[in-house]
Amino acid sequence: MAERYVGARVPRSEDARLLTGRALFVDDVQLDGMLHVAFVRSEHAHGRLRGVDAAAARRHPGVVAVYTAADLGDYWKPGPLLVPPPPIPDLIFHACTQVPLARDKVRHVGEPVAMIVAESRYVAEDAAADVIVDIDPLPAVVDLEAAMAPGAPRVHEHLASNLAAHVVQRTGDYDAARAGAHLVVRRRFHYDRGLSAAIENRCVVAQWDPRAEELTVWDTTQAPIPIRNGLAAMLGLSESQVRVVAPFIGGGFGPKIMMYYPEEVLVPWAAIRLGRPVKWAEDRHENFFATTQERGQVHDAELAVAKDGRILGVRDVFLHDTGAYDPYGLTVPINSQCTLLGPYDVPAYDTEFTAVFTTKPIVTPVRGAGRQHGVFVMERLLDIAARDLGLDRLAIRRRNYLSRDRFPHDHHILFQDSGPLVYDSGDYAPALEQAAGLIGYDRFIREEQPRLRAAGRHVGIGIVSYIEGTGIGPYEGARVTIEPSGHVRVATGVGTQGQGHFTAFAQIVADVLGVAIERVHVVTGDTREFHWGTGTFASRGAVVAGTACHAAATKVRERIGEVASRLFGVSADQLEVADGRVRVRGTDRSIDLGALSAQSNPLRGAVRPGTEPGLEATAYYGPDRGSTASGVHALLLEVDPETAMVEILKYVVVHDCGRLINPMLVEGQVQGGVAHGIGNAFYEQLVWDANGQLQNASLMDYLLPTATEVPRVETAHRETASPLNPIGLKGVGEAGCIPTGAAFAQALEDALADYHIEITEIPLSPDRLFALLQRTTPERRNLVVVEGDFLFHLPRRTVWDALQDPALLVRALPGGMQLERSGESSYDGLMKVGVGPVTAAEFTVRVTILDQEPPVRFGMVVDGRSALGFTRGSAQVTLTEGPEGTTMRYRAELQIGGRIAGLGQRLLDTASRLITRQGLEVLHRELATRAGREGPA
Amino acid sequence: MTDRVPIQVAVNGQRRAGEVEPRLLLSDFLRQDLGLTGTHVGCEHGVCGACTVLLDGDAVRSCLMLAVQADGHDVTTVEGLTPPGAGDALHPLQAAFHESHALQCGFCTPGILMTMIPFLQDHPAPDEREIREALAGNLCRCTGYQNIVEAVRLAASRRAVPTPAEGARG
Repeated sequence: MAERYVGARVPRSEDARLLTGRALFVDDVQLDGMLHVAFVRSEHAHGRLRGVDAAAARRHPGVVAVYTAADLGDYWKPGPLLVPPPPIPDLIFHACTQVPLARDKVRHVGEPVAMIVAESRYVAEDAAADVIVDIDPLPAVVDLEAAMAPGAPRVHEHLASNLAAHVVQRTGDYDAARAGAHLVVRRRFHYDRGLSAAIENRCVVAQWDPRAEELTVWDTTQAPIPIRNGLAAMLGLSESQVRVVAPFIGGGFGPKIMMYYPEEVLVPWAAIRLGRPVKWAEDRHENFFATTQERGQVHDAELAVAKDGRILGVRDVFLHDTGAYDPYGLTVPINSQCTLLGPYDVPAYDTEFTAVFTTKPIVTPVRGAGRQHGVFVMERLLDIAARDLGLDRLAIRRRNYLSRDRFPHDHHILFQDSGPLVYDSGDYAPALEQAAGLIGYDRFIREEQPRLRAAGRHVGIGIVSYIEGTGIGPYEGARVTIEPSGHVRVATGVGTQGQGHFTAFAQIVADVLGVAIERVHVVTGDTREFHWGTGTFASRGAVVAGTACHAAATKVRERIGEVASRLFGVSADQLEVADGRVRVRGTDRSIDLGALSAQSNPLRGAVRPGTEPGLEATAYYGPDRGSTASGVHALLLEVDPETAMVEILKYVVVHDCGRLINPMLVEGQVQGGVAHGIGNAFYEQLVWDANGQLQNASLMDYLLPTATEVPRVETAHRETASPLNPIGLKGVGEAGCIPTGAAFAQALEDALADYHIEITEIPLSPDRLFALLQRTTPERRNLVVVEGDFLFHLPRRTVWDALQDPALLVRALPGGMQLERSGESSYDGLMKVGVGPVTAAEFTVRVTILDQEPPVRFGMVVDGRSALGFTRGSAQVTLTEGPEGTTMRYRAELQIGGRIAGLGQRLLDTASRLITRQGLEVLHRELATRAGREGPA
Repeated sequence: MTDRVPIQVAVNGQRRAGEVEPRLLLSDFLRQDLGLTGTHVGCEHGVCGACTVLLDGDAVRSCLMLAVQADGHDVTTVEGLTPPGAGDALHPLQAAFHESHALQCGFCTPGILMTMIPFLQDHPAPDEREIREALAGNLCRCTGYQNIVEAVRLAASRRAVPTPAEGARG
């Protein structure tokens, strides 16, 4: 059957509810008699909890209960280890998981210490202020290297150090690769923490129904089914007694799949204990401490390359900040390890990391989930190697891509899902060419950038590659039902946080069943509707649950064939399903799918033995391993070195997530991801002081990118189908933010080429960039900028001609200058200049004219040398004709080095301006005299 | 407990009376007392813009206002953009958001709609720069803003942006 929806830009079915304010978010749940929670949280990053005095809070009018760790009894338990480490030889891993309320020790600012339940949130917060928390502070553990130093204060005192994990993975012989290398590039890279910053904070509402003995929990989770299963176990209920609903979720980005947050363990417990519904809504300030974060790593990495830029091997040793607890195992650092390899052929890889406990909030995946660190390290190393080898940035990448005949490609290390890191398919080089074409790479490098540089502008280009492991197991499921009304109901277990799953899944099912998409209704995120599955993470919703929807719909189609072939007395291959009907091919005999569904579920008569009633099927999809998406990001940006502000002028993404279900949704994911990546690259950083106190815990101080910082993103799709699932899908949820930092850093360096800075850290900020620029080379600091206007009371042609005449120009310049034409557009000269206390010295000067546009403008490059130092730079001159004559606008940027540079910036500036001005006045007099002699033009 | 204060607010064209604590935020009054949960709360310190509503036609942050300050004023929330019982019928700006895929999780969307409605009334033919500047007080983490800009342009190009609560009041 022809596909009508998969691949099309189908508008979203979920929009109307969201646009009109009818969509239910967790904080919208209001129940009769509902109580409200506020948490008392640690104000210290690290300390011994001596006691919690809640007596005054308990007496506060409107307070119903106050709980501390002691009040929880047997319910107090550390959370489970969610993701056990992969079976890597000699791996060390210490599981230290979060607790519901701190008992003996606090390990980060914001760790919950007491829970206040009151008639309103206002009262609960009033009472929270009455709780006296007695903490003996201990030294905070903030910096990763200091945390691993001997004698460092220990976050978990039963361990010998702050080492949470140590993992080594190796493939090939790196030492041999290094020994045979033409060049080894070694750098240290820093990547720091940011927020996930969903606009909806977390929220949990729980209601115990004593009649039905059922607990309903509304939770801002990406994983309602595991939450249900976990809560049932913790609370001693059967799984069928617990219903977890993740309704509309206001953005997930990873931290909403952390399990089990203290609040989501405590709120249901309190609801059962108190016999009343209970709500906790995180506020934005709490979100800075209570919701998990990511991205702190320090890499010492080296890349060994051959003379032609071919990668011989990579070694990377890094520290990973796991925060105060490590319930999510090693997902993030292993993603960093594996994603570093990118789309490249890396014959030898030696990678080692140490995960470190710190007294900071817990680290779990945030959109990208460690992948961007690997991409940043690898792409930066390639950029540096290319520069050192004198290779173009594209050339070094082209030389190292895995070619399309190399798939499936096994890297011989293990991925986060414990399976081998095997890429399923890919076609990398054409994506690079396409991105280079869209951003105009060649033309920019050859023509535009020299012109812009000559005009004093700092515009740079960045272009990087990445891969993303997506769509991992274990599995998801779906149930598809054709109802007697003809409507199709699809239920799946994943939660959805804005990705458009309602629409994407409906597209898949509508195509398989040959029905109009308006007839397909998708429900997700409600364990009563579907209770097998894991959740939405690792860019897997569309791939894994989408494939399950496809499989369930395919089974329903087979059921249609069975039931209809009995009804019509024909074999199934004589039937066709389209437009909501099944018909016998070549006849007018047909039946509506709804009517067929009713017939398959009769009130009387018999359903044949061995068959089932109804047109319904459930199916599961569990991939052995993930599918590997890929792409290239390219951007142009401009920096103002004076203010360190950056403007992105153009942004291009060429993205390959296999077969597209809905290009509109994919573009939306990419655009949002790029915005998040730009935030990570240049605006967003969580800043802790040495005491582990967060210095910017508000959205006024933590800068999320707004509409004025985020550029338009031009997206192109490539579709290298995955062979691992029938549709050919790969995931897309995280791709947009993975390579952004690396592309940004490359473009920034390129824009600031004359400053010779190297970007080895992320996030940057205007502040940080400004500081880097201040540290730049001494020559750079002695940059003299001379600019101004000069009015000649003469026609433009006259001025232009004079400027082309070396003999005339010589008279305008100081110090008995000689000037001779030495090439088609170059002049060599000799000039004597003295500035301030420095004795006049002879400079040999070469001037090369560029970009001539007679009689309007020209540019020139100046290179001057003498025993006292050197000057080099560029200048541009524009002539505009007006009623009073010709205005010359000039701007020169000259670097001064050597002894004369020691004069200091101010003296050099003044002298340069003076010399220029005097020279122009001499020239004007000379020209005016000449014009007077020759008569008016 | 603090003494309660009686207030009267015209919300989406309907007179609503309440007895509120003086400290009650307007956002909480709308969401909790009146059940108008379409107005979302994202930061409670006036940065994210999710709670934006119209006060006498001007966009304001309902988390930075007390309910008592709205006494005697007109408030329009996202629910007021479409008449009650209109089902999936959308205001032209909402329709443009749908067509342009200008929302993903949809949490910030009501605040953005309520910011853009007075903006479009004041700027019937805005250019991209003006739209982006007007949007800069609203945070969205999902979309990268591009499609929101497109939606606002689309709505403006149709020149069909009626006053917010015409439907609800009419």
